[in-house]
Amino acid sequence: MALNTEKFISQVNDLSAQGNLHTEEILVNMGPQHPSTHGVLRLVIQTDGELVAQAFPQVGFLHRCFEKIAESVTYRQVVPYTDRLDYIASMNNALAYVLGVEKLMQIEIFPRAQYIRVIVAELNRIASHLVAFGTYGLDLGAFTPFLYGFRERELILSIFEELSGARLLYHYPRIGGVAKDIDAKIAADIRAFIKTMRRTWPEYNALLTENQIFIKRSANIGVISAENAISYGLTGPCLRASGVAFDIRKAQPYSSYEKFDFNIPTGQGTKGQVCDCWDRYWVRMCEIQESLKIIEQALDSLPEGEIRAKLPAVLKLPAGNVYLPCENPRGELGFFIISDFQPKALRIKMRAPSFCNLSIVNKICRGVLVADVVAIVGSLDIVLGEIDR
Amino acid sequence: MEFTQLWDKLNKRFPERLTLATESGDKQIQVKVDDLIAVVDYIKNDSALAFNFLRLISAVDTGKEFSCVYHFYSYQHAHGLILTVSLNRANPTLPSLSSRYATADWLERECYDMMGFNFLEHPELRRILLPHDWDGYPLRKDYQQPAEYHGTKH
Repeated sequence: MALNTEKFISQVNDLSAQGNLHTEEILVNMGPQHPSTHGVLRLVIQTDGELVAQAFPQVGFLHRCFEKIAESVTYRQVVPYTDRLDYIASMNNALAYVLGVEKLMQIEIFPRAQYIRVIVAELNRIASHLVAFGTYGLDLGAFTPFLYGFRERELILSIFEELSGARLLYHYPRIGGVAKDIDAKIAADIRAFIKTMRRTWPEYNALLTENQIFIKRSANIGVISAENAISYGLTGPCLRASGVAFDIRKAQPYSSYEKFDFNIPTGQGTKGQVCDCWDRYWVRMCEIQESLKIIEQALDSLPEGEIRAKLPAVLKLPAGNVYLPCENPRGELGFFIISDFQPKALRIKMRAPSFCNLSIVNKICRGVLVADVVAIVGSLDIVLGEIDR
Repeated sequence: MEFTQLWDKLNKRFPERLTLATESGDKQIQVKVDDLIAVVDYIKNDSALAFNFLRLISAVDTGKEFSCVYHFYSYQHAHGLILTVSLNRANPTLPSLSSRYATADWLERECYDMMGFNFLEHPELRRILLPHDWDGYPLRKDYQQPAEYHGTKH
């Protein structure tokens, strides 16, 4: 057997030296049902040996006609549909939508409702980043971080369950306020969670962030320059990892974010170049800490008062249009709402951050190893529910 | 830059070519299709404007007319701008921005997919969310849902 192998290798070498070895580029299908594609994403990869020549993302497998449905239901009925777009961060989606509607209606939201919205949005951001943390470890061959991430996420889901009755699709932010008030027990649960998260965060770093195998798999891979990031419309952690310190919560504050003190983590190239996969991962980890800071401040200064504005039973928005961007865990999410003074919207167009973030894949995957495609797609932290809508 | 200053600056550069949309809500500037590339080049490259981020391209059908809405933002100056282009309903054709903003590639494909806008000089204008053999453009107000698709009835 050993002899045959040697013979085979020498034959291949001879053929190769003569230029007679038959080589060709092969198309490899990754997905739509593949654990590392974070949903139903299909990547058609043109491979040249172990190298990727081109990688074409094919999307649309989860298309549920959100924008068409949104034209046929009333403004209030759209809120549950927004939960189902980016299902990892439902609170943030619904918040972006109701803020847009409220801006066009020009209604004032009670300060208590604004603070509660900030608290749930930041909790959901942490939950989303914990999923990103866990699944990214999973993508690169580390199973344990996934269990750690889901352990802490469970605490957040329990809080949300208490608040809204649901664990994934909450329908909690409502037009004019929120569905339920935060009582003393829930506030105590949130404070307990902040304490737990601060204690376990260093464990995450010991487990994955500083893991040499993980660093080798993610550092210096999938580097995105700031110029490319802006041109491709990248937003959120992917943009900030490129060194652009832009956060909508700071630049165009909504829901009283201007009252809280927090930093914008950016990519520093700690383990390799700026905005490699490791940087994108690390920006998310740092954002968990910043979100904890915001939640703590909001709880400490939570104003007393009502949580829902009184609104007419049938909502008719003034004729006009509005686009209000929000900082979601994945980037800038906003709803472009056009109204013609009817109970239903004339048009609702959603800006999906993952959609734009994914569009850069073919640009940065050229020339990398096939195994690194998994690292790159994972580091973009896409959710197919909002790409396909 | 405040919107009034933006409007004055653009109006000076393109006299009598732009109109201000009068609806409530966000302020929009209407651009003629033929001027779109010139205006976009100007707002992208002028150092006082520097709109380097194309947030969103929306295809809109009001039932009467088609329009394409562009949301721009400048990271440098932290100001935004909305341009709208009215299109011919029989033949909605407009120039592509994909050579100026890479993100326009997918956003324009979505507009084509959902509303059937024809973006000239787009590198590969094909459907993105719907199957390639889908019939019609679903977000048009006069769209008729097909009775069946490959033998599947709804």
